[in-house]
Amino acid sequence: MSKTNSRITRRRFVAGAGAIGLGAATGVLAAPRIVRAEGKITVLNWQGYGTDEAWAVEAFKKATGIEVVHDYFNSEPEMITKLRTNPGAYDVVLTNSAWNGVASGEELIQAIDTSQIKHFADLNPSLRDSALLAKDGKVYGVSWVWGMTAIAYNTEKFNPAPDSVEVLWDAKNAKRVSVRDDAVEAVSYGAIATGQDMNHPKDIEKVKAKLLELKPQIATLWSSEDEWNKLFQSGTFDVSVYWSGSAARSKTNYKLPVGYMVPKEGGIGWFDGLAVASNAPNNSGAHEFINYMVDPTFYVEWATKVGAPASANPKANDQLPAEDVGRQIHSDQAAIKRLQFMAPLTDEERQTFSDLWTEVKAEFAK
Amino acid sequence: MAVADRRNRGAILALTGPAYLWLTATIFLPLSAMLYCSFLAKSPLVPAPVSYTLRHYEAFVDKSVYQQLMLWSLQMGAIVTICCLVIGYPAALALAKVIKGRWREAMFLMVVLPFWSNALVRTFSWTLVLRPFDLLYSYPAVIVGLVHSYLPYMILTCYISLQAIDDSVIEAARSLGARSGALFRRVVFPMSLPGVLAGSALIFVPAVGSFMEPRILGGAKGATLGMAVEDQFTVTANWPFGAALSFLMLGAVLLICLAVYPAARKRMEGL
Repeated sequence: MSKTNSRITRRRFVAGAGAIGLGAATGVLAAPRIVRAEGKITVLNWQGYGTDEAWAVEAFKKATGIEVVHDYFNSEPEMITKLRTNPGAYDVVLTNSAWNGVASGEELIQAIDTSQIKHFADLNPSLRDSALLAKDGKVYGVSWVWGMTAIAYNTEKFNPAPDSVEVLWDAKNAKRVSVRDDAVEAVSYGAIATGQDMNHPKDIEKVKAKLLELKPQIATLWSSEDEWNKLFQSGTFDVSVYWSGSAARSKTNYKLPVGYMVPKEGGIGWFDGLAVASNAPNNSGAHEFINYMVDPTFYVEWATKVGAPASANPKANDQLPAEDVGRQIHSDQAAIKRLQFMAPLTDEERQTFSDLWTEVKAEFAK
Repeated sequence: MAVADRRNRGAILALTGPAYLWLTATIFLPLSAMLYCSFLAKSPLVPAPVSYTLRHYEAFVDKSVYQQLMLWSLQMGAIVTICCLVIGYPAALALAKVIKGRWREAMFLMVVLPFWSNALVRTFSWTLVLRPFDLLYSYPAVIVGLVHSYLPYMILTCYISLQAIDDSVIEAARSLGARSGALFRRVVFPMSLPGVLAGSALIFVPAVGSFMEPRILGGAKGATLGMAVEDQFTVTANWPFGAALSFLMLGAVLLICLAVYPAARKRMEGL
C-alpha cells in the first residue's frame, strides 16, 4: 500500500526547486567582482599586433611581475565604443593618431606621465610631439609604431613590380584585386587615384565614380589580416591594398610571396600611439608596459621574429638587420615622402564616406 | 470551482512566469532600448545632451541605396524560403509516408546533423567546396549556403504536419476515385499547410536578416541591409541610424507576415 499523504507534493517540489534556482542565479549575478589591481593590466589592441606576443608578455611578467591580459577590437570605432562602455576595465589602449583626439576629447584616456617612459626622448620628434597625440599641452599618447597602407602584390604574378595605383584598375587584373571593406580606406584610395587630398577630398563625386570603376576588378573584400592571409594564400586575389606591418608579417611569419610598394600617386600613412585609459585600475603598471613597448629590445625581437610596422624610435629601427623586410619597406625615404597621413575626421565626414561606400558596395553587388 | 481556479492561476504563473521574465529581459527590453536609440540625434554613448530626431528614418526614404538593400534582403529571404520548400517538402513527404522503421530514424539523424556543427564552420566549409567550381563570391553561392543552413527547419515542420495525416484519410480519398495528382493537391497539401507555413516563417525571418553567409560566400556580391547596419555600428559609430535601419527591416517583415496571415488562416479554416 503506497503512502498517499506524503508532505512533498509535486507542486511544492517545483516551487522549492524554482526558489533555489532563482536564489542561486541572483546570488551569482549580484556577487561583487573583486578587482585585483596590482599585478595585472588589461590591454586593448588589435589582435596579433605586438602587445599580445606570448614571449613579450612573459618577458614583461618576469621583469615586473605584472600579468598582461588582452581584449581586442576589429575597428577603431569599436575601440572607442569599448572605452565608452567599459570604464575602468582597461589600462593600456592602442589609439591610432586619427582617433587619439576623439578619445582624449571624451576623456576616455588620461594624460601620460612621460617621466616614467625611459625612451621618450629617443622617439622621432615629428611623431612624438605630434599635435594629434596631445591635448592642452599634455601628451595623451606615446607614439609607438608607424606604417603605411599601400599596395601588396603577389611577386610570382607581377614581374616587374607595379608602381602605380592604377594597377588596381588595370583590366588585366580583372577579378584579381581586393580592397579592405572600410569606408575611410576605400575613399582615401579613391581620392589618391584622382589626385585629391585623401582626408578632405574636394570632389567626392569623382572619388565615387573612380571607386565604381573597381566593379569588374574586385574578387572579394577583406576585413582582417587573418582573412587577407587566407585569401592570398588560396590565390583568390593577386594585388590589394594592405598594411605595411602586416605585409612584413605575411612575408616573414607566413612565408607568403608578398611584394609591397607605395604607388607614385601616393599612399596612406598612419601612426599609432599607446594611451592610458581614464580610471585605469593599474596606472603605474600601464606606464611600465608602455615603457617596455617602446624599448628597442622588444621592438627588434618583434620585427625580426614576427614582422612589424616601423618603430617610432629611430634607434630601434637602426638595430634591425639590413635584410629585414619591414626595415626595407619602412626606410624607403622616397616612398615616405609620397604618403598622406591620416587625420581626424568629423562625424559628418565619416558618415559621408560611409554612405558613399555603402552605395559603391551596393553597385558591386548588382 | 473558485479555489481550484485560484490555485491553477498561481501554478500557471509560476510555470510560465520565468519564461516571460526571460523573454522580457532578453528580447523586449533590448529591442525597446534600440527603438529609443533610433530616435536619438547622437549615439547614446556620447556624453552630449540628449536630443531627438526623425532624420535617421528620413535618410532611409531619401537615399535609394538603403531601400535597394532592403529589397534585396527580402528577395533573398523569399528565394531561400522557396528553395527550402521545393527541396524540403518532398523530403518530408518521403520521410513521413514512404520510409518506415529504422531507416526513418537514420534519415532523421542525417537531417538534424547540420545543427550539430557551428554555423560559421559550415559556411567556411562551403567556401572550400565552391572554390574549385568557381562558384564562390557569387549570389548563387549565398543561396546555397543559406538553404543548407535552413533546410532542416522546413523538413522537420513539414514532417510533423504530414505524419499527422491519418493514412485512412488517404485510403478514403483513393477509394472515392482520387488519383495521385488530385490526392496531393486537394487532400495532402492543404492538410500539411500549417507545417509549411511554420517552416516558411522559421526560415524567412532569419534569412532576411542574415549577413554572415552573404559576406563569406558572396564577397562583394553579398550586399544586404544587414551589411549596412553593421557598418553603422563598426565604422561610423552611428548607432541611432543602425537601429533605425534594423527597425525598418523589422517593420517590413512584420508587414509581410501580417499580409500572409489572413490568407493562410482562411485556407486552414476548413481543416
